[in-house]
Amino acid sequence: MATLTLKSLAIGGLKSIDLQVAAGEIVCLSGASGSGKSRLLRAIADLDRHSGNVHLGDTSQSDVPGHSWRGMVMLVPAESAWWYDTVGEHFSEHPEETLQQLGLDADAFNWPVARLSSGEKQRLALARALARKPAALLLDEPTANLDKDSTERVESWLRDRIRQQQLPTIWVAHHEDQIARVADRHFHIVDNGIEEQEMTA
Amino acid sequence: MNVIELSWWQLALAALLVIALAACTFFARLGVGKSLLIAAARTAIQLALVGLVLEALFSVGSLHWVALMGIGMLLLAGREVVARQKYNLRGGWGFGIGTLSMFISAFAVTVLTLVAVISPTPWYTPQYAIPLLGMLLGNTMTGVSLSLDRLTESARRSRAVIENRLMLGETAQQALSEFRRDAMRAGLTPIINAMAAAGIVSLPGMMTGQILAGTSPALAVKYQILIMFTIAAGTGFGTFAAVALCARRLFDGRERLRLDRLRS
Repeated sequence: MATLTLKSLAIGGLKSIDLQVAAGEIVCLSGASGSGKSRLLRAIADLDRHSGNVHLGDTSQSDVPGHSWRGMVMLVPAESAWWYDTVGEHFSEHPEETLQQLGLDADAFNWPVARLSSGEKQRLALARALARKPAALLLDEPTANLDKDSTERVESWLRDRIRQQQLPTIWVAHHEDQIARVADRHFHIVDNGIEEQEMTA
Repeated sequence: MNVIELSWWQLALAALLVIALAACTFFARLGVGKSLLIAAARTAIQLALVGLVLEALFSVGSLHWVALMGIGMLLLAGREVVARQKYNLRGGWGFGIGTLSMFISAFAVTVLTLVAVISPTPWYTPQYAIPLLGMLLGNTMTGVSLSLDRLTESARRSRAVIENRLMLGETAQQALSEFRRDAMRAGLTPIINAMAAAGIVSLPGMMTGQILAGTSPALAVKYQILIMFTIAAGTGFGTFAAVALCARRLFDGRERLRLDRLRS
């Protein structure tokens, strides 16, 4: 149960971002394409060089090796990559109830990766990340490739997991209605920084 | 052991064959005639120069000159490794890694073979040392450059896979493991194929040369087996070192994939 804290983080066009995300809180981040949302998430996961610092609870990014940090502060990219032949090989255990909750066939762990649709990939990538038991989540448009039904199913599954496991979460989202459904707070990228928006709901 | 003397005009006859081939490719518009002639000219000039250098070196035969020749060959091989890469590590790292891994493998195996196996007196006798080092460097260079090329290219092409594995909390070396294995295999395949086909499909060049020069086939075969084994060891260790060093250099201290360290 830890707070994710960004302290004067700067990467690319973004300068000096300060943000605190409490345990179990969902902060939505929006902004025009190219404004640096994904790069900000990559900086928080320490995948790109950046200045400023990020803390998870008492642990600073630079206190632990890169892979340990990313194992705790887990980024789920908009386009996931798959490197083994079948889906199941990417998982250490096979939680079949997760598949059902995400609206996927119970047999999906045996599927070859080559036949996955983009929507299936996106849901499986979320399942894969959460199966690794992260301590914080960075979601880059987690429902971009999903239809309306699946979107709502994935939203509620993610919300439950985030509340249950008390994960501080930064969720990059485009649609106002999705932000209204999932966000506790909402920030928009303006010029070189982020600006808190009033929640409409 | 008497060798039939070859004179320059006899070589000119062989050169006519190459010129005839170049003429044919010119009329067939294959567009390789010019580079074929340049390569043939390079062969003649380079080998003639090396012949002069070796004649001089054999007559002096001191350790200093043999060592200097060896280092010169090593640096040229390092340059060749860089020239054969599609993507190279910036800031001289490509040259450094290639040269260092060839040094620790090809040099070590050559010295070991000279001292422990062939043991001429003195151990650095140029007649043995230089051809042995040349063959080892040539083959190690092929292995090192093929493996580095494969590794850097797959890092570039498979950036999404590598970074997604990093995002899931894997270490840099785990994220790269499959590509390291591919690169090792690419570097070792030529020597494995050469060993498997030796004597059946092809008569290896050194053995052919020794037999032409009057050595008994039984002895030529023993030398060829020795050379094959040392080449396999040199190529293997050199490829191993090059892949390990390059794989480290592709990531920084925070285990981020650093493709900006490559230039095309």
